Amino acid sequence: MPVKNDTMTATPVLVRRRRQPLAWVGNGFLILLALFAAYILVSNLIRSPIIFLQNILDGLKLGFVYALIALGYTMVYGIVKLINFAHGDVFMVGAFASFFAVAQYNLHKWPQMVFPGIPGGLSVVIGSLTVILLSMVVCTLLAVTIERVAYKPLRDAPRIAALITAIGVSFFLEFFGALQFVFSPRFIPYKSPFDTAAWYVQEGIHPIQSGQASPDNTISFSNIFLIILAASVLVQLFLQFLVRRTKIGIAMRATSFDKPTARLMGINVDRVISFTFAVGAAFAGLGGVLYAIAYQSIWTQLGILPGLKAFVAAVLGGIGSLPGAFVGALIMGQAESLTMSYISTPMRDAVAFTILIIVLLVRPTGIFGEPAGEKA
Amino acid sequence: MKRFLSLVAIVLAIAFVFVGCQQGPKALKVAVLAPLSGPVPTFGVSTRDGALLAIDEWNAKGGVLGMKITPIVEDSQCTPDPSVNAANKVINQDKVHYIIGEVCSKASIPISEIANAAKVIQISPTSTNPDVTFEKGATKPYIFRACFIDPFQGKVGANFAFNSLKAKKAFVMVDQGNAYVVGLAQNFESTFTGLGGKIIGKENYTSTDTDFSAILAKIKAAKPDVVYLPDYYPIVNLATKQAKEKGIITPFMGGDGWDSSDLDVKAADGGYYSNHYDASDPRPEVQNFLKAYGDKYKDKDGKAIVPDALATLAYDATNLLLQGIQNAGADNTDKVKAALEGITFNAVSGKVTFDAQHNPVKGAVMIHVKGGKKLFDSFVAP
Repeated sequence: MPVKNDTMTATPVLVRRRRQPLAWVGNGFLILLALFAAYILVSNLIRSPIIFLQNILDGLKLGFVYALIALGYTMVYGIVKLINFAHGDVFMVGAFASFFAVAQYNLHKWPQMVFPGIPGGLSVVIGSLTVILLSMVVCTLLAVTIERVAYKPLRDAPRIAALITAIGVSFFLEFFGALQFVFSPRFIPYKSPFDTAAWYVQEGIHPIQSGQASPDNTISFSNIFLIILAASVLVQLFLQFLVRRTKIGIAMRATSFDKPTARLMGINVDRVISFTFAVGAAFAGLGGVLYAIAYQSIWTQLGILPGLKAFVAAVLGGIGSLPGAFVGALIMGQAESLTMSYISTPMRDAVAFTILIIVLLVRPTGIFGEPAGEKA
Repeated sequence: MKRFLSLVAIVLAIAFVFVGCQQGPKALKVAVLAPLSGPVPTFGVSTRDGALLAIDEWNAKGGVLGMKITPIVEDSQCTPDPSVNAANKVINQDKVHYIIGEVCSKASIPISEIANAAKVIQISPTSTNPDVTFEKGATKPYIFRACFIDPFQGKVGANFAFNSLKAKKAFVMVDQGNAYVVGLAQNFESTFTGLGGKIIGKENYTSTDTDFSAILAKIKAAKPDVVYLPDYYPIVNLATKQAKEKGIITPFMGGDGWDSSDLDVKAADGGYYSNHYDASDPRPEVQNFLKAYGDKYKDKDGKAIVPDALATLAYDATNLLLQGIQNAGADNTDKVKAALEGITFNAVSGKVTFDAQHNPVKGAVMIHVKGGKKLFDSFVAP
């Protein structure tokens, strides 16, 4: 029997099937949508390039935060084929952990209290890093606990059971957190470990003084934007190094490729899976703190929408692929920011999930994804 | 073993029936529906505390019509579905005839339909949307409110912006899903344009939005004299903070939804909002209430809490209701309704008489947020 599907090549080959009647309706609609989107973008770019550039910057801010969350989704899916819907809520717990550290325990001031002679800037940096590290540790512990308690017993169960459990854990975290003695259901104004400073660009970079207006037709950005940028890029580079050059990284890749064989090779699969959850959650915690500093209001359902958008980003980039998650998240951030500006703010969620639908229709494995059916 | 367990179950059931059958002295049940969780929990806590203070004061004086008042507090979450559930529960299960609630207009409107049909009197302390008491050209007979309504508040805001702030161009931000915001924005717009001002921009957002950078970029480009953002304090906190970060110094204006201890006064600095009362008002009703509230409720450092407008209005609403019942002389909602329609009451938030639409004829105050404080700016008569 001649083999019809050629799965040995690296590039994905679409399986030829008989053209469905009226396929042109669906394809035509998608092409029209693409043309319409392109028209809106190009016309607005020509009309006001400064505002377009400002929107790109705001989109990058969102995109890099989504990238931090999407990494967790994609790694966990790669290794246990589970979409961890509770990941967005781990992100929320990270934000809350840092809030309590700063507001109640003043953790960001510890360098000043322990070493009184320390220069102010250095103290702020060390204090903030401590708060961020604490959040990352809390999120890591939480994720490992969730994995052991909720996901591990279901590892041999049908995948839908684990998926439902993930949704259950997500709701549990949100509403348990909303109890009065835990986080309370309020929208809590977030106290940042360091102050935000903003700059505008006009023949050089000038700071925006508080209470003063910045001149027109300039783009502005804040220090939190730079920090998000730097953190996300560093995390991505670190993960690339981890996954390719370290032993645990090779173990992660092996486990995601073929779990029983990895076990036969002597890899402790349980520990590798826990490690994956831990790493993903640590970066979600980092994302949570940065998101809370950028949008200074936290509540227990903070993680739902960013979590879902990061999931869409992971799917868009190819779920299971790390560079894919990063690229997908950047695209999602841009889509959201440009939609908010050129269509309307309430439409941004609609556009984000429309992207999910389109990805699943046109190319379900995502941009960097590998087609299914590779294994013998 | 099974037989023994079923025997125990039967004994317990009988015991519970006997316990449940205990009848105490007759008490008057009053339901308080407040958003203790959900988007605006400080509103709910203030409302509940104000109402309970009033009930305690009446109980200390012997109750109403010789009966002690039993409050039944339910969490209605400022959202239609939980509010409807709470209203159904207190009306059908607890058999109350009087409801104080809700805070948010979008929750009060569904409750009012249920209460009106069941002939249960509802006084909303703070719902300002006209549809709560008046719909399709008719006043709902059993529904009242203790505060001014959005047409008045929007008008006050527009007059203040045009006359006091000398604003000619305004930019309006609206949450289309919130009846309170939509009502205020519409009334502001019509009054402002009627005075000769121009609305140079109107942008929508949703209540779960956290990123206002696109709208703020448009505001920056349009350069209005004032931005009208009549939403609840969580959204105001976010929007004003991001505005400051983008270097926008245009003053923001809003309504009583800004009034909360959680309002970020640093971000909202330079802003104005219309409110129901101010603590610096020297009238004895205000000062006595401030003292009583501060004695009963202390914050976590032990300091007396200064009541916000929501606590004040809940206190007023409860007092109005109980005075109405006292005046009516009977626990009969038709008589109480008539008593309330004719009542004149010196409330903390001003003298209250009800007009034909069961809305009180009252003034408003403008509050200026400056230097980390909320300062009294001016009083606007009705």
